[in-house]
Amino acid sequence: MEVPILKQGEILIATVQAALTDSDLLQLRRALEEKVAKARARAIIIDLTAMDVMDSFASRTMREVAHMIRLRGAETVIVGIQPDVAFAMVQLGLSMGGVTTALDLEEGLEYLHRKFRTIL
Amino acid sequence: MENSLVVVENEICVSIAADQDVVAARQKGRAMALKLGFSAGDSTLLATAISELARNIVSYAGQGEIVLRATQNSGCPGVTVIARDEGPGIPSIEQALRDGYSTSGSLGLGLPGVRRLVDEFEITSEVGRGTTVTVRKWKA
Repeated sequence: MEVPILKQGEILIATVQAALTDSDLLQLRRALEEKVAKARARAIIIDLTAMDVMDSFASRTMREVAHMIRLRGAETVIVGIQPDVAFAMVQLGLSMGGVTTALDLEEGLEYLHRKFRTIL
Repeated sequence: MENSLVVVENEICVSIAADQDVVAARQKGRAMALKLGFSAGDSTLLATAISELARNIVSYAGQGEIVLRATQNSGCPGVTVIARDEGPGIPSIEQALRDGYSTSGSLGLGLPGVRRLVDEFEITSEVGRGTTVTVRKWKA
């Protein structure tokens, strides 16, 4: 299950469409790392609304993506983690440690637009 | 309460050998929980536990199986999950149940985390023979 990545201005938006396997997650990580350089993107948004479960592997992979993207000079915003999924993550002892999150795609875009405007 | 009548209604066995089986197992577990009247939240907790248990099988043993069993206790529905493998086994269960412990370079949140997601948790393991983790969650 490949995750489509769209470019909107300086932002890449990856929208997860269904539950991802571990290899899907790793493929998404590779695709984002590649595209962020190619597109000279300043930020990426990963929309996890359709993700049924965020277990230890999925959470760790998302944290790694965010860390990697930051080292490339861009920012990551994770959006759309569902309330039930978030609750299970807390119970499991997972956090998104230092990764910016927002309620949904709209809020994520708003956050980035606000932030880029301040920098400019 | 512990020894009261348990009626087996329905059982699904999912073979676990690759990462897509991890997703299949948790989705079947969630579907069973929802069918038994679990809330969406509790179904997600169970699905997350199954995901961790199934991944442990893939990472440590290579293959195994997850049995999902619809269970009843005095009219209260529940789901029993049995994660079984014939892998290397766990030398120290006590250590494996401690937060932060891992031998695979993961975060080591697996088993203690799973324990927090369910109502009942039991593990048996023998080095060289394999590991069986049984967890149970009741409808709230």
